[in-house]
Amino acid sequence: MCAITAPSSSSTAADPPAGAAAVELHGITKRFPGVVANHDIDITVRRGTVHALVGENGAGKSTLMKILYGMQKPDEGTITLDGTQVAFASPADAIARGIGMVHQHFMLADNLTVLENTVLGSEKLHGIGDGARARIRELSEAYGLGIRPDVLVEDLGVADRQRVEILKVLYRGARTLILDEPTAVLVPQEVDALFDNLRGLKAEGLTVLFISHKLGEVLAVADDITVIRRGTTVASVKPADVTSKQLAELMVGSELPTPETRESTVTDIPMLRVGDLHLTAVDADGVPREVLDRISFTIHKGEVLGIAGVEGNGQSELVEAIMGLRDPDDGSIVLDGADISHAATRKRREGGIGYIPEDRQRHGLLLEAPLWENRILGHTTERPNSRGLLIDAAAARKDTRRIVEEYDVRTPGIDVTAASLSGGNQQKLIVGREMSHQPKLLIAAHPTRGVDVGAQADIWEQIREARREGLAVLLISADLDELIGLSDTLRVMYRGRLVADADPAAITPEELGSAMTGAASGHLEDDTAAPDAAVRKPAAPDTSGDADGGQGGGRTR
Amino acid sequence: MKRLDRDKLITAVGAPVLAVFAALVLTSVIILISGKDPFRAYQVMIEFGTTDRSAIYIVNKSTMFFLSALAVAIGFRMNLFNIGVDGQYRIAAFFAAAVGGALSLPGIIQIPLIILVAMGVGAIWAGIAGVLRTTRGVSEVITTIMLNSIAGAVIGYYLTAGRLGEKDGNLTHTPNLPSSSRIFMIETSVGDINGFVVFAVLAGVLYWFVLNRTRFGFDLRSVGQSETAAAASGVDVKRMIVTSMVLSGAVAGLVGMPTLLGESYNYGTDFPLGVGFTGIAIALLGRNHPVGIALGALLWAFLERTGTQLEFEGYDQKIVEVIKGIIVLCVVIAYEVVRRWALRDQQRRVGEELAQARKTEKAEVGA
Repeated sequence: MCAITAPSSSSTAADPPAGAAAVELHGITKRFPGVVANHDIDITVRRGTVHALVGENGAGKSTLMKILYGMQKPDEGTITLDGTQVAFASPADAIARGIGMVHQHFMLADNLTVLENTVLGSEKLHGIGDGARARIRELSEAYGLGIRPDVLVEDLGVADRQRVEILKVLYRGARTLILDEPTAVLVPQEVDALFDNLRGLKAEGLTVLFISHKLGEVLAVADDITVIRRGTTVASVKPADVTSKQLAELMVGSELPTPETRESTVTDIPMLRVGDLHLTAVDADGVPREVLDRISFTIHKGEVLGIAGVEGNGQSELVEAIMGLRDPDDGSIVLDGADISHAATRKRREGGIGYIPEDRQRHGLLLEAPLWENRILGHTTERPNSRGLLIDAAAARKDTRRIVEEYDVRTPGIDVTAASLSGGNQQKLIVGREMSHQPKLLIAAHPTRGVDVGAQADIWEQIREARREGLAVLLISADLDELIGLSDTLRVMYRGRLVADADPAAITPEELGSAMTGAASGHLEDDTAAPDAAVRKPAAPDTSGDADGGQGGGRTR
Repeated sequence: MKRLDRDKLITAVGAPVLAVFAALVLTSVIILISGKDPFRAYQVMIEFGTTDRSAIYIVNKSTMFFLSALAVAIGFRMNLFNIGVDGQYRIAAFFAAAVGGALSLPGIIQIPLIILVAMGVGAIWAGIAGVLRTTRGVSEVITTIMLNSIAGAVIGYYLTAGRLGEKDGNLTHTPNLPSSSRIFMIETSVGDINGFVVFAVLAGVLYWFVLNRTRFGFDLRSVGQSETAAAASGVDVKRMIVTSMVLSGAVAGLVGMPTLLGESYNYGTDFPLGVGFTGIAIALLGRNHPVGIALGALLWAFLERTGTQLEFEGYDQKIVEVIKGIIVLCVVIAYEVVRRWALRDQQRRVGEELAQARKTEKAEVGA
């Protein structure tokens, strides 16, 4: 194939010595302030294989890949490519050595075409015109990527964009591809297509390093698996030799925490009623777009309502409308009998809404302020933070110490800045803060994203605990296992509408995934588990009634 | 915790000291290049700057600088850049002078009235920028600069004989305030200190108290640190922008008061100009902290006072302007450097302390 024989302008990519591994990392150590560092990492990646690197969130996978891609310099250890030891000063060095990275968050300009995005920064390789177009077609065919060079990126779906990212990397002559959690943004069907692409790359002799914490996927596609835990490699296994449970135990190092809620605590007292909520927003091009279209649901005391959906389908806007950060055009939001549809955010917070925001650093913390001031944030008007119009610093500090203690926030003190804590500890502080004001409703958006395993289990436990005491929870998550495990009721959001509802006891991630692409709607049900589910959830008939009446599965298709 | 307190001190004191020192070194080099002796220049400055008359001058001048910097600092704490303090204090002083010149009430009523008019006019002038920012998304940097020249034009229009001004030789000024509207003087053996310094100190104390001890101040600071987090926390960001611009303008209104009530007793074509811009530099120098601002204001007044004397000694007076410019540059750089260093250092130490804690925990479990 021409694609292999002339893929790169770099001299090193040609004729690797036989027998040498494509990538060999030995004794890599990287120290970082406040977060999990890498230490004594050993990985050998054979040429022409898909090598998976698995580990929990925060285990140090991404840092390791940044080291391999030249974005970080290791403090100790060696990187060997095709038998030659290398040291990268920047990603440009890594690219020249045939290493390419597909980031979790795409780096594409929406208003440019695929061709333009691809040649951007590499104009010297094949020009910007027909030469480049021909090269893109050639690569696309060779690896079965199905890319059309002249469409605008903004017209592409997530899976297509990802293929453009892969193509960009191949276009620059990569022989080893790093994919950082490539499936996080994809639904199960798209994941399968991606895996076919990866197998195609492998068949052409390329090497793929695949980072994930989703074990099913790893077992399906990888030839070798390296497990990383707390910053170091703990095992290298073949997928044929392990079960997903064994792999999980290797990752976590002990018995597995699960997000499973045991007994139902759902009552029939409605806590949050959202009716016919409608919101239009003007997008970047100045075109008004319906971001929330007739959303209706009810959350009862003691109920966790999970919302599934591919990111960007209106979940963030829904949360912001309930928090009062966006003013809905139409519809009502009723919290515990009080209409708060257009109330100010502070009124809603005082009224008992706790909020764990999606982006904790932008919405949940003042990074350069000390922890005790962060404890005041969001609850400025409430005890113990203030008395009358004055801040009660002494009481706030005392209560911060209590939160640090009770929620196991690892910090040397309450006067350090929030920025100096690791992600998991920042999140525990936020959870502790929000739970300290006896919320009636907790909005938890991706509560365990980027949080280490221990903190994840703690946060799940806190949500469960509060639910037992009658808290209503709106849970939004990209982690389908978390959604299914924690929720009492599940809804699927697609293009601003709630298109389907499901019983978490009866649904599989795959079924949920297909609803997330808009392929299925209405009530999703697995025949075998249905009767059991009806018993488990007294509130189910009420809410599914809402869905059928308000959303109308038939209306959407 | 002791160590963290010490760090705070290092950041608070270290940066300005570093900046002033670096500025001195650079200035020395420049004076040397111009062929003069830098140490002689410093000697002249210190000798002249510490005379009794200079001390009085410096205190009086720095009162004005202090208020101006305070007005700018309110904006800075909110992440707003109020470049318009200059226009705000001038138009405020002008209308306050016009009102004060037209009335003759007892001082106990008229002085507060004049001050309130000034604060009100300053607040309105700054508020325009705040409202434009929240309703139309226009940057306050642009609007306040524009409002500065509009303020100049408005004053120029009204400050003519037959409108609000009266001719007095080469100058045109508003009618003089009645003598009852003059502010008290603090008499010392070497000269009189403008009584408005008391109000300036009060303004500084109030600024500190409101920002650090009240709910409102917390909200204001949180918007300054992160608009998104503040909004999610329940602060009405738009209202806060307007409120803080209004407050900043009200304080700006005070800037012209020591001169109006204690020195000129009218607003004329010779009323001090450009104090609003000086305030920006001093607010930066003082890190938006009232004590820092006070020290910065004194330093600035010292430089202003001694610059004239340098001319008599054969130095170019502009050398002092160069020093000021270099100080501001050095300050901005030094703060950013020290801030980043402190943050990184803290992150590193937190990481270390936690690692240490884990180790001892393990050891205890092992034992």
